[in-house]
Amino acid sequence: MTDIIQKVKNLSIGFRSKKGDEILILKNISTNIKKGETVGIVGESGSGKSTLALAMMGYVKHGLYTIGGECQFNSSNLLKMKSKDLEKIRGRKIAMIPQNAGQALTPNLKIGYQIDEALQLHSDLNEKEREKKISELLNKVRLPSPETIALRYPHELSGGQQQRVAVAMALAGTPDLLLLDEPTTGLDVTTQAHVLELLNFIAKDTGTSMVYVSHDLGAIAQVSDRIIVMYSGEIVLEGPSRDILKRPIHPYTHGLLKSIPKLSLAGLPESMPGSQPQPGTIQSGCSFFDRCNFSDENCKNNSPQLEFLKDLNTSVRCFNYEKLINENQVSQTVNKIKNKSQDKEILNLSEVSISYAKQKLLDQIFNRISDDNPTVKDININIKKGETIALVGESGSGKSTILKSIAGLLRTKDGLIRFDENRNLSSDLKERDPNDLRIIQLIFQNPDESLNPNHTIEEIIAQPLKLYFGLKGEELKKNIIDLLQKVRLGEFYTSRYPRQLSGGEKQRVAVARAFAAKPDIILCDEVTSALDVSVQAAVLNLLQQLKENFGTTYIFVSHDLAVVRAISDRVAVLYQGRLCEVGPSNDVYRFPSHPYTEVLLGAVLEPDPDIKPKLVAEDIVEERPPEKGCSFQGRCSRIVGDICKKEIPPWQLTDSGNAIRCHIPIKELQKEQF
Amino acid sequence: MKLDNIYKEEKKSAIAKLSEIIITMASRPSGLIGLSILVFHIILAFISPYIAPHDFKAIDPTLMLQAPSAEYWFGTDDLGRDVFTRTILGGRTALTITFFGSLIALLWGGLLGIFCGLVGGKIDDVVMRIVDAFLSIPWILAMLLIVSLLGTSTEVLIPALGFFYGKGIVRVARAATHDVIAKDFIVSAKARGHSNFSIIWNEIIPNVRDAILVEGAMRWSWMLLGFSSLSFLGFGVSPPTPDWGLMISNARGLMSFAYWAVIAPIVGLSSLIIGINLTADAFAKALGIDRSTKAPV
Amino acid sequence: MLFLIIKRILLGFITLFIVSIITFVGTEILPGDACTTYLERQAFGEQLEACYRRLGLNVPAYERYVSWALNAIQGDFGYSLSGEMPIKEVLGPRIKNSLVLASAAIFIGIPIALILGIITALWRDKLPDVAISTVTIFAMTIPEFISATLLILIIAIWLEWLPGIVIVPTDVSFLELLPNIILPVVAIAMIMTAHMARMVRSSVIQVMASEYVQMAILKGVPYWKMVFKHVLPNALLPAINVVALTIAWLLGGVVVTEVVFNYPGLGRLVIESISNRDLPTVQALAIILASIYVSINLLADLLTLILNPRLKTLQIRK
Repeated sequence: MTDIIQKVKNLSIGFRSKKGDEILILKNISTNIKKGETVGIVGESGSGKSTLALAMMGYVKHGLYTIGGECQFNSSNLLKMKSKDLEKIRGRKIAMIPQNAGQALTPNLKIGYQIDEALQLHSDLNEKEREKKISELLNKVRLPSPETIALRYPHELSGGQQQRVAVAMALAGTPDLLLLDEPTTGLDVTTQAHVLELLNFIAKDTGTSMVYVSHDLGAIAQVSDRIIVMYSGEIVLEGPSRDILKRPIHPYTHGLLKSIPKLSLAGLPESMPGSQPQPGTIQSGCSFFDRCNFSDENCKNNSPQLEFLKDLNTSVRCFNYEKLINENQVSQTVNKIKNKSQDKEILNLSEVSISYAKQKLLDQIFNRISDDNPTVKDININIKKGETIALVGESGSGKSTILKSIAGLLRTKDGLIRFDENRNLSSDLKERDPNDLRIIQLIFQNPDESLNPNHTIEEIIAQPLKLYFGLKGEELKKNIIDLLQKVRLGEFYTSRYPRQLSGGEKQRVAVARAFAAKPDIILCDEVTSALDVSVQAAVLNLLQQLKENFGTTYIFVSHDLAVVRAISDRVAVLYQGRLCEVGPSNDVYRFPSHPYTEVLLGAVLEPDPDIKPKLVAEDIVEERPPEKGCSFQGRCSRIVGDICKKEIPPWQLTDSGNAIRCHIPIKELQKEQF
Repeated sequence: MKLDNIYKEEKKSAIAKLSEIIITMASRPSGLIGLSILVFHIILAFISPYIAPHDFKAIDPTLMLQAPSAEYWFGTDDLGRDVFTRTILGGRTALTITFFGSLIALLWGGLLGIFCGLVGGKIDDVVMRIVDAFLSIPWILAMLLIVSLLGTSTEVLIPALGFFYGKGIVRVARAATHDVIAKDFIVSAKARGHSNFSIIWNEIIPNVRDAILVEGAMRWSWMLLGFSSLSFLGFGVSPPTPDWGLMISNARGLMSFAYWAVIAPIVGLSSLIIGINLTADAFAKALGIDRSTKAPV
Repeated sequence: MLFLIIKRILLGFITLFIVSIITFVGTEILPGDACTTYLERQAFGEQLEACYRRLGLNVPAYERYVSWALNAIQGDFGYSLSGEMPIKEVLGPRIKNSLVLASAAIFIGIPIALILGIITALWRDKLPDVAISTVTIFAMTIPEFISATLLILIIAIWLEWLPGIVIVPTDVSFLELLPNIILPVVAIAMIMTAHMARMVRSSVIQVMASEYVQMAILKGVPYWKMVFKHVLPNALLPAINVVALTIAWLLGGVVVTEVVFNYPGLGRLVIESISNRDLPTVQALAIILASIYVSINLLADLLTLILNPRLKTLQIRK
């Protein structure tokens, strides 16, 4: 028993609604954290996972209150402790690494001071020793030149560096238990992999227990020994990491794992219907009932209890888990993409450059843009009718900038954008005619921002119909309902406002609005990244089906390589606004040949404990592209010499039709892989 | 048929929205107090001429400075006029002038602010610089100058007050518009090729309307304060029309022996300003706008 | 950094330039001019001509503006119409008296507002907050002339603690002035403090809800250390600008308060010169009051700039 470090017993936390009802965020949670182990808590937004992690530090957010139960640390209940005593435990015995270090570091205090503060509170070191310790800690989290970093303010560091500082701060008190609340969410793919690797190292090095909270099964899979799956305030499944990921015996986890796109599989995964219920809406029965493939009458009326299965060492909250025990592995079935892409070219970008530089007065007068080192440069892409082409890259790669230019929201500096071989679309919005505007439609990342909160769904979808086709009255109404049905939303949605819809439903409305214009090309800007994991696959499947019905061309921008793998025919890899590699997605994924593609693919986190990320390059953040030479020179681990710094690499073609821009000969690039 | 039903639902929901807001406002004690005071004053302004017990301008030297009695509830002033009568009539002019003044302020301030927020760039810079310059002349100096040169008629006071109190609304409307135009639904509308007018009318105004209305309501209470200050200084309502600011100014010199003549209008004016202020505050909270960080400019 | 400071100062001057044009054009387009309004019924013939010559109104408007502006920069605002003495001399002691009044109110008001604002924010929705917030609402909404009148009625007339009306010559010494200014200062400070306290309150509440404050709590930082190190510096910085705007706006209220207490400051001069239709003095007053407004805002801008590490490094990088 002594090896249990934190014991959560029958914990319920909730808030009081405006009507005075008690609404539960956490429902009767019990679990133990053992010494030295890393526990992953996984769940969608609103599942209560962060509330649980904070409760483990004896912290309940303003507005919430403890209804019952306790969080025991060294056999004292943290939730009933006086704040004087809590101050001695927080940071010293239990430390927290926050989700967004950029927001969690106090803006007016220097990095060094913030770490020093933790040392002053939680150690007996004198000033000299503390100074040394700060350097040590910053070194440990692998920050370059600790002395200068300590003198900086938080906003002067990049996201990855801020996250490392937060780790150093948490380690300052040498805690027995580390709580990590989505510590890598919001970081770029490569940075994310590096931070995770660092955390794994620290867990081994210090022997600290860790509780890792995340929505991302990929990240959880890399770090945890044990996994707790939460769904609408309850633990639905708890057990050893490998078993949960390979043989999940709860229908929610089962469906979730099936619906996550994987690098190794081309094609769209099966999707899960519906979305997680809002807190307080479930009155009786299992909270997963309406989304479950295995449910029966019993599930509707009775709530299942968490049941411990001794032989599996797993707890599960389901009446019908036995049906899943017999199913061996998560056999992921994917719908192979059947795109009838024709040879006809629909959009052509040639030598396109785009600049964000502020125009000088003289240039404004002559209406020209002068910038020697533009944000986006020399983009040549040929897009065929009916295909899905994906632009991938980390933040700052210029992928969204290119989309904006195609949509006419940004002017190009140089180069041509041609539609259907003869329409010139290089100009911006003001110079395009209504038909040019109609043929290209946009779907945005976050439907909360892209749908006007003051319009009903009907008004939102009516806009393109009225604008492009002048529809009115009965006909307009009929078209709106038709479109809603196409995105599988019922007629009654017409009079609702966006805020009354779930994230997935809102994105469907955005899709319907784009299709209302009967466009030839739809630009998808990170359309799934703001959605919960269980909803992503459904939206991807919907997009694919609509495309098959209408023959639309998609230009798909995403940082998520697995999603891109699932939906696209071709991929273009971008770094610092320059193309690195363009080719059929099968080839790009199977034989990554450009060094940057290799880095990107190596860093992807898969929800599988057997696939570990490969860290090839440093996760440096470059502010602007280099003046000359290869765009990737700053981070490339395979530089062949001065030529990379001086000359722009040539395009090389592989046998399978992959175009790669690198100084290393094709043969050699491909050799390295095996 | 079907179509009709849906549009009816829309209209009903607009009324429902309004009553919902009022209910939310009244559910807080401060909002309930504010609303009741405001409603009381508005009703009083309508019915006071019919219920006033005495003639507001009847001067009677024999009744000078009488203490409150059964006949004269709040006593009489230095000219022997009934203070109660003058007090219940004293808010009418101020309430009317400042209400229409606020409407004008709301209109020009809101439109100019939205325009500036939308166009941005050089035009925005120049307009805001001019607005800033107007702001830096104390309103009271400007108002006094205008009133002393053009007189104190309603046709002068309403537009002048509306103009000087609209400057703050320009800022609020501009900031709100700035926030909105960065949102993707505006980008989406632009990319579709909607006209500027359609974007302002359909996308921007519905989203900045609340912020501007709240500001207008708040502005009303400041304007009332400013207007009564003018009256107090003798540059507002001209005698013998009863007005609280003027009554306080007149009775002030004699308050060491006839304090009632000054207390009654003070209670009237203070309660009205507090009422409007609390109502505007509750209105803001009901709409989810936090305006307590804003300066009264 | 230096560039930003210079830019702010330049913008301030541009604002003042526009103000000077507005006041000049404003007094120009209104019906009548300084002479006709001053002379009223006698505004014809020889008298009018003489007046025009004396004020130099017989030359084109833009020429008058240029010479007026050039003189104004040197502190020479010409002659007042009524007193027929240099406006400079009229203004001097008045400015001093008003500054004493306003700065006393500001220096008393700011610390009290800070304390009240912080208390109400830290005990949010608890008894101290509810009590203080109710009082500040009243103090904030009641016009200065009412609070001033009530103060005179209660403190000076009923309790007879302090003189109610200031009856001193314009150029008294500070010590003689002191008992006389207590009530006016209280009247002005009340409304100013109430405004500022509410702003400080909401700014502190905003910061208290931030992730970095939550992080500091989870780090085990003791409560008061957290308040002083992590909360207040970040909460008070954005409040500086708003406080400056409020102070500048409330200068209008100083005018009214001065009239109530018969205080010999700029405010009473405003009323006097307008009642006397003394347009040159009014122009001078507009420019001076606008300069005060611009300087207060400039000061706040610079203070924010110096105190905000974010802005500092932003400039270095550029």
